[in-house]
Amino acid sequence: MSDPTKPRADSGPVGTVSPPRPARNPLRGLIEGGHVGLLVAIALLVVVGLVTRPTAFATTSNLVSILSLAATIGVITVGATFVIIGGGIDLSVGAIMALASVWATTVATQEFGPVVMAICAILVGTGAGLVNGLLIAYGRLVPFIATLAMLVAARGLAQRMSDRKTQLIQADNSAIVELSTTRVLGVPLLVYVFALVVALGWVLLNRTTFGRRTYAVGGNPEAARLAGIDVRRHTMLLYALSGLCCGIAAILIMARTTTGSSTHGDLYELDAIAAVIIGGTLLTGGRGTIIGSILGLLIFTLITNLFILNGLNTSDQLIAKGLIIVVAVLLQRRNLKERAP
Amino acid sequence: MLVMRGIVKQFPGVRALDGVDLDVRAGEVHCLLGQNGAGKSTLIKVLAGVHQPDEGTIEFNGQRVRPSGPNDAIKLGFATIYQELDLVDGLSVTDNVYLGHEHARFGFVSRAAGNRATRQVLERLGHPEIRPTTEVGRLSPAAKQVVSMARALSHDARLIIMDEPSAALAHDEVANLFRIIRELTGQGVAVVYISHRLEEIREIGDRVTVLKDGRTVAVGLPARDTPTSQIVSLMTGRNVEYVFPPRSEREPGEEVLRVEGLGSPGAFRDVSFSVRAGEIVGLAGLVGSGRSEILEAVYGARPATGRVVLSGKQVRHSVVGNVRRGMGLAPEERKAQALLLDQSVTANITLGSLPGFATFGWLDRTRERAEAQRLTKALDIRPPDPERPVKTLSGGNQQKAVLARWLLGSRKLLLLDEPTRGVDVGARAELYAVIRELADRGIGVLLVSSEVPEVLGLADRVLVLREGAVIHEGDARELDEHLVLDMIMNGRAA
Repeated sequence: MSDPTKPRADSGPVGTVSPPRPARNPLRGLIEGGHVGLLVAIALLVVVGLVTRPTAFATTSNLVSILSLAATIGVITVGATFVIIGGGIDLSVGAIMALASVWATTVATQEFGPVVMAICAILVGTGAGLVNGLLIAYGRLVPFIATLAMLVAARGLAQRMSDRKTQLIQADNSAIVELSTTRVLGVPLLVYVFALVVALGWVLLNRTTFGRRTYAVGGNPEAARLAGIDVRRHTMLLYALSGLCCGIAAILIMARTTTGSSTHGDLYELDAIAAVIIGGTLLTGGRGTIIGSILGLLIFTLITNLFILNGLNTSDQLIAKGLIIVVAVLLQRRNLKERAP
Repeated sequence: MLVMRGIVKQFPGVRALDGVDLDVRAGEVHCLLGQNGAGKSTLIKVLAGVHQPDEGTIEFNGQRVRPSGPNDAIKLGFATIYQELDLVDGLSVTDNVYLGHEHARFGFVSRAAGNRATRQVLERLGHPEIRPTTEVGRLSPAAKQVVSMARALSHDARLIIMDEPSAALAHDEVANLFRIIRELTGQGVAVVYISHRLEEIREIGDRVTVLKDGRTVAVGLPARDTPTSQIVSLMTGRNVEYVFPPRSEREPGEEVLRVEGLGSPGAFRDVSFSVRAGEIVGLAGLVGSGRSEILEAVYGARPATGRVVLSGKQVRHSVVGNVRRGMGLAPEERKAQALLLDQSVTANITLGSLPGFATFGWLDRTRERAEAQRLTKALDIRPPDPERPVKTLSGGNQQKAVLARWLLGSRKLLLLDEPTRGVDVGARAELYAVIRELADRGIGVLLVSSEVPEVLGLADRVLVLREGAVIHEGDARELDEHLVLDMIMNGRAA
């Protein structure tokens, strides 16, 4: 199509001159402006660690334990980031993970060996997420309510299946436990699983139609619908994806604790949501990043680590986390205002 | 009572009011007439304190006033009842009437006093049957209107402005509305009444002021005796320097869209028409005539009965399917319905054809950017940077981005709902050229606009709608503004 009319100098506010764009930095897509604050916060926490516990903090074993601690919730946080960018919320992540861990460690499942156990955890997680998605997308339930119901029901089912007992992973299935004991380059395998999930999540969100649609569905569902996107189907898939992440997280927690239990993952949903919010994702949807969420989670994990190393009260730790959520959101709001035209 | 002189209101790119005069006497119903874009809404908003005029004076009961905000306007005794009723559905009638000035003592709402006062106001309006404790969401549209008026009276309003109050009402409800208006004016309240329906104006109005292009063209005409032809000719012949592109010389091609007996309860009924390739078909009609709803039904975004046939194949009512088969919609509310404001121009352009840029879900971002770049250049979207967030663009350029979305993939039919709303005059001409060029490339275009000159200037064929039915279909060149306006206001077919 050719230029329909000549550019007119007098046609109002269209003539805004765009500032010269900086040269394309390969890291630009990965680390955005909003992440600088998070990196600074992490740096500060590291400094605090180095100053207060110079010998204990900067050891390989401590760093590994920080990463192992972050891995389970980290995988869940990736799924939660998708759901929240897509304009929803998933309160049931901890409960789904517990249910998946219990289901995968029942005597019946354990008979089939570690591979089936892992597949079982993933299927249970995805299935529960799919139920969430169906209720929300096609049953038109509010996400908060549907996933709250799932939170309660999945915990109950997990208790019923396990008879409220902690289920140990049998010795023949120790391959699962090896995820946390086997180390490659000094790092347990489960940290690699975490890294892989983050990488795949990043690719899915930033390089595929699925990711683009997630932003569209969360940012303006009506516009997405009128542009021909099947908003309901996509919403359903987002919750299924979150459930899938819970299933993977269940395998990791089984590896770390050598058990499946209905008490696993208590209040994980709050940590995951908090990490996503600190990472700069809007609860109203349409904006956010995986990297931000992971950095937010690392801040949380570092705080826990520092409190433990310094032998401080866990109650104070919770207070510190609460403050951080508020401060992070206040700072982000200022950033948003500055960026607005 | 109210005297406005030389009111000017300037918006970026548009002079919405360009010297408006208005005289309203106590106890009269003063009708405000004018086409869409003539400045009626802006004038109301000046009175309601939403906008402050750049120039001009307002006198109320001999005093110079300057409503600086909605609360200020209410204190002066001005109350506005908007087209879209602004009531809170979940609250009771009393709570709505006294919203913002509750009967309260130390922060505790006194229900008994509020209900008593509300009952009195409702009785004064002749509606003692509406119970003050009823939840407003359960009331009929007519009863809601009464509640809105009760709210106005609760503020002791001396001047009530009603913006198309009858648009949402059935016939007998309109009669009741008029009875209330007469009672109010009998008590010395002045009413500024805005409506497109001439028969209503003749029935309820005392005097008429006509606006055109932000100017007053007639002040205080007698509502009953002024001939229709005089009123219509005052409203028409708008002095707008729209430049319409020349129509195609070629015969339009095959039929792209055929609609048979399309109906949607409460919006329109038994609508049939067709659009051929390369043809622009315009729908003209008032708000509430069903024009936007027809587009939504064709697109599959609104439940409807009847048949929609695209290129010879009947389609189901599904947006996803219709987009895949080659339809595209540029909806009326650009920001709410079409754009992802935070996202880049590129992401907005490719949103409608993402599968075309992907292999197994993997986006080819290089090609995506290249296509966006090409369309940005072709449609002259400024600034020409497709990576910019779309919210930083002006209205006209945002609209071009929405059009660009549907230039990707093989589109057969474009549905355009108010494509130039909120767009300044210069950018309008560009949009018209773009739309005409789309048609010349063989796309069928179905256009809805509330501005009659726009429909007549741009479309090849025009359907005139009134109250959900097609009352006329014909070649745009054989119609003029005067004729169409007469049809949509008086319901007379040519």
